Amino acid sequence: MGFKIEKRLDAPAWMKVATTVFFIFLAFVASGVFLYTQGVSPVQVYSVILKSAFGSTYDFSETIVKALPVAMVSLAVMLCFTMQIWNIGAEGQALAGALAAAAVVRYFPMDNRVAMLSSMALAAALAGGFWAGTAGFLKARWNVNEIIITLMLNYIAIRLMEFFVYGPWRDPASLGFPMTRPFVPSARLPSLWGTRIHMGLYALLILTVVMEIVLRKTRWGYEIRVLGHNARAARYAGINVASSIVVVMFLSGAIAGLAGMCEVSGLQGRLQAGFSAQYGYTAITVAWLSHLNPTLSLFVSFLMGVLLVGGYALQIGMGLSLASTLILQGLILFFVLGGEFFHNYRIRLEKRR
Amino acid sequence: MEMLVPILAVAVRSGTPILYATLGEILTEKSGVMNLGLEGIMLMGAFSGFAASLSTGNPWLGLLAAFGTGACLGLIHAFLTVSLGSNQVVCGLAMTVFGSGTSALMGRSYIGRTIPGMAGYEIPFLSEIPVAGRVFFSQDAMVYASFCLVPLMFFFLRRTRPGLNLRAVGDSPKAADALGISVARVRYMYTILGAGLVALGGAYMSVAYNKFWAEGMTAGRGWIAVAMVIFAIWNPFQAALGAYLFGGVEAFQLRLQAAGTSIPTPLLMMTPYIMTILVLLFISIAGKQRKVLLAAPAALGIPFYREERD
Repeated sequence: MGFKIEKRLDAPAWMKVATTVFFIFLAFVASGVFLYTQGVSPVQVYSVILKSAFGSTYDFSETIVKALPVAMVSLAVMLCFTMQIWNIGAEGQALAGALAAAAVVRYFPMDNRVAMLSSMALAAALAGGFWAGTAGFLKARWNVNEIIITLMLNYIAIRLMEFFVYGPWRDPASLGFPMTRPFVPSARLPSLWGTRIHMGLYALLILTVVMEIVLRKTRWGYEIRVLGHNARAARYAGINVASSIVVVMFLSGAIAGLAGMCEVSGLQGRLQAGFSAQYGYTAITVAWLSHLNPTLSLFVSFLMGVLLVGGYALQIGMGLSLASTLILQGLILFFVLGGEFFHNYRIRLEKRR
Repeated sequence: MEMLVPILAVAVRSGTPILYATLGEILTEKSGVMNLGLEGIMLMGAFSGFAASLSTGNPWLGLLAAFGTGACLGLIHAFLTVSLGSNQVVCGLAMTVFGSGTSALMGRSYIGRTIPGMAGYEIPFLSEIPVAGRVFFSQDAMVYASFCLVPLMFFFLRRTRPGLNLRAVGDSPKAADALGISVARVRYMYTILGAGLVALGGAYMSVAYNKFWAEGMTAGRGWIAVAMVIFAIWNPFQAALGAYLFGGVEAFQLRLQAAGTSIPTPLLMMTPYIMTILVLLFISIAGKQRKVLLAAPAALGIPFYREERD
């Protein structure tokens, strides 16, 4: 008996989902084993995570709160990945958006909530779009590697944020904590159902539907999908590659910027240091696990929300670093990446001739 | 000039982790595999190097442990990208995420501890040369090893048979395969070896430079090294130039911080990242205008499968 590896021409969608789910499960098993070798009880870890995410209605709402920015940023990342442009800097773009929104609140406070919120959203989208669009422009004009530029811009955004909250924007009443003054009430996104879930949820759902339609049903969406599959063919077909790169990067940054604004306006009500918990990386994980499908990404984001909430609970309850949930995330990605082999190829046993 | 000497000496030291990581990634990319997990591998190297140095009391064993850890991570990357043909960008990101998380979890009991670490050693005679003696020859063994590694790697890539095979695999795996070179084996080998070097870069930070371990202590140096590979046009000598340029900016901003400048610290800390962008922009524009040949390995990032033969 020998075996032969052959390419599958077309794997059915259910199979992709099924293998992904199976390999996510395997990743949980593997991290359990790893935790065990580190002297940490995997049963305890997983039960703390589950309890902290689903223990009560409040816990459940917190999971959604955490999943919200991840889902939004993953939409941003997905747009770029669809055309094989690697925007790894959604984190920085979200920060830029948050900074811009806070700047509007600080320098142009308005009493009218609609006017205030829409000008914040506009500023955040422009700032995030500028942050990513710069990388897109450099890529389009001089073929500068966008992965590195977006990443460096991440670090720069983090420092810029620190500069403002430790320096000129620090609240004198904050007793030295690096945070700005609380936003005026009109700058707060209203929360829903008496939980911390905020109106950003509606923005997310609308964006998801828009992305679904744009990517699957419009000419432009078709063009960027073609660009992702075969840039040369796209060029021959008369698609303007350079301008597509800039536009896609700008839009991607704008969505990430909006996510940043939702976080400060809906949740914290002020800008404070260290506000983002690696949403950028998490969103990349989500985009990949959901096979660049906007609707699926909502569900995967929820899973990541569970892990994020769990991460905080582990930190408080078991003294584990917040970063340790990253292990799980890294393993999930490894396993799912490896698992893709099985829906791209099939292994057949056959009798040797 | 006298004032500059200590800054330049620090520049060499803070450039060294980047140099190791850049050299490692050059080896890996020359074989056609792109490993973007440098940040995670460096963190794992920094952690394991520190932990092994602390428990054995010997910094050399620390470096060995770091190299081994890096090699294991390289093996994972090679298995996923070479054998299973996974997307190399995403796999590298997974490595970064995994490495940051694992080093944070395993390193939690090592925070706040220090080690004597690697001692400095002044090379007789050479260290007495004015300026250069203090800048280059009053460092530690890892720095000297990197001085040797740069020309060695250059020679290996350009002038030796295995180096030629390596380049063939990265530029034209099909031709290499026809010549009887095992593409998969070469890619595995240099992904593992490269990741080992990257981890040494991380270990340099915890064992020789800082002599302590902190979560996320590489602060983006892995990504800067990825940029430096492009800046270096996959040439080890130019990698050294890039690494020391980064080290120079880092040393200068540290100096300014220590001197109590009026420039706010967060803005100073931005400078290495801004410099990385500028350097990358510079080389990309030069490449676009054909002033330099941006000779990336032609098959970089593309999986290779031996075609079926009947």
